Amino acid sequence: MNVSHDLGIWVAALLTLFVFSFLYKDNPLYKFAEHLFVGVSAGYYIVLNFWTVVMPNLIDPLVRTFTGVDPVTHAKVVQVGGPFAGSIGDYRAWFLIPGILGVLLFVRLIGRGEWLSRWPLAVIIGVYAGLKTTGFAHGDLVAQVQASLQPLWTGDLWTSFNAIVFTVGLVTSLLFFFYSREHKGALGVAARTGIVFLMVSFGAGYGYTVMSRLSLLIGRFQFLIEDWLGIK
Amino acid sequence: MKRELPLLLTAIIGLFMILSFFVPNHLVSVPADFLQQCAVIMVAFGYVLGGANALQANLESIARRQQDWPYKIVLVVSLVGTVAIGIAEGRQWQDSDRISMFLYNQVYSPMQGTMFALLAFYIASAAFRAFRIRTVEAGLLAVAALIVMLGRVPVGDAATNWLPEPLHLGVMQDWIMNVPQNAAKRAILIGAAMGVMATGLRVILGIERSYLGGGD
Repeated sequence: MNVSHDLGIWVAALLTLFVFSFLYKDNPLYKFAEHLFVGVSAGYYIVLNFWTVVMPNLIDPLVRTFTGVDPVTHAKVVQVGGPFAGSIGDYRAWFLIPGILGVLLFVRLIGRGEWLSRWPLAVIIGVYAGLKTTGFAHGDLVAQVQASLQPLWTGDLWTSFNAIVFTVGLVTSLLFFFYSREHKGALGVAARTGIVFLMVSFGAGYGYTVMSRLSLLIGRFQFLIEDWLGIK
Repeated sequence: MKRELPLLLTAIIGLFMILSFFVPNHLVSVPADFLQQCAVIMVAFGYVLGGANALQANLESIARRQQDWPYKIVLVVSLVGTVAIGIAEGRQWQDSDRISMFLYNQVYSPMQGTMFALLAFYIASAAFRAFRIRTVEAGLLAVAALIVMLGRVPVGDAATNWLPEPLHLGVMQDWIMNVPQNAAKRAILIGAAMGVMATGLRVILGIERSYLGGGD
């Protein structure tokens, strides 16, 4: 046994044990770890968004536009067309708009004038509703249907059998979600066949999830035994 | 007007974004790209708003000495500390020798892994309840789950080595994942895509307006 002398390993190991202590019962050590986790993760994602989104996409272009100096390289920047010129990827002073709207989001914390925060929300929801409507139609619906249209007879018995099972599974599973008519007669038979495929799919998904969680568990035990306690 | 104008704004922007998909002209694509950038920036502000909201709620709990308030101090200190350190460290905050990366690698990452690993125990007790076979459908779910679980570990394959190859657990789990599971998953994805499109249109047309919240 060769116990680690690394402070980071000790911190990670103790926090891992604090979280595992919940298996006994809810206790102060788990609560400490839980609150620390929430605080650090919220803080991390704020910092991540600040440095990877707000700085390069908002503050840097505004600094570049109004000072004529690049904030990263400190080199002089010549911008033809003035501060309100715009082209793909170069919107200069127009970025004042999302800046102001972004600040308006915080009005809801004050209480009075809460309605002002609906403006940035309206922009966000409008953009993503429009993008997702066409995006899902193009990237998911059409792509999935296209990938599912396959020949049922390929010349090879096994691949043909798989193609038929797949197509029957896809069509019957889709018919199961068709609720505009009562599941009776031919639709009832198709829907019941769909349930068979859906249950197999849920079972397989469940088994897959269990194995991924077990793999994480093994990873944590490996860390405790090998990295922390040094038992190899 | 406090509700109608945002609804109108959502409708105009939403329809414009749909239009930009069909009209590849710079008069449409430049403003559409700008709007997309705006949304990305405002979502980033949303993360800060989420943090500020958590801070406000927890500081209130601490001030009122509500249940578990000492732990909320841990939350507030860790949140403020992580943000302050991350901002102070500047653009190189993700370098391996920075405190932010210590917090990520030695605090956030191990706890996240352990929290998910903890579910392995609870998922096992859930399995006990779910797999009590009472119907054919429950039986199918149980058999599929068992084959996938055993087929993904070496012992599963080793235990069925003496059988013909198509009956090896590894081969069977591959077939389940690629054929019946894939078929049902695709059906769900197609349904979900249609659901997203319908919801998008409902939002743009102002039928779905819960995102505006309550009040006047």
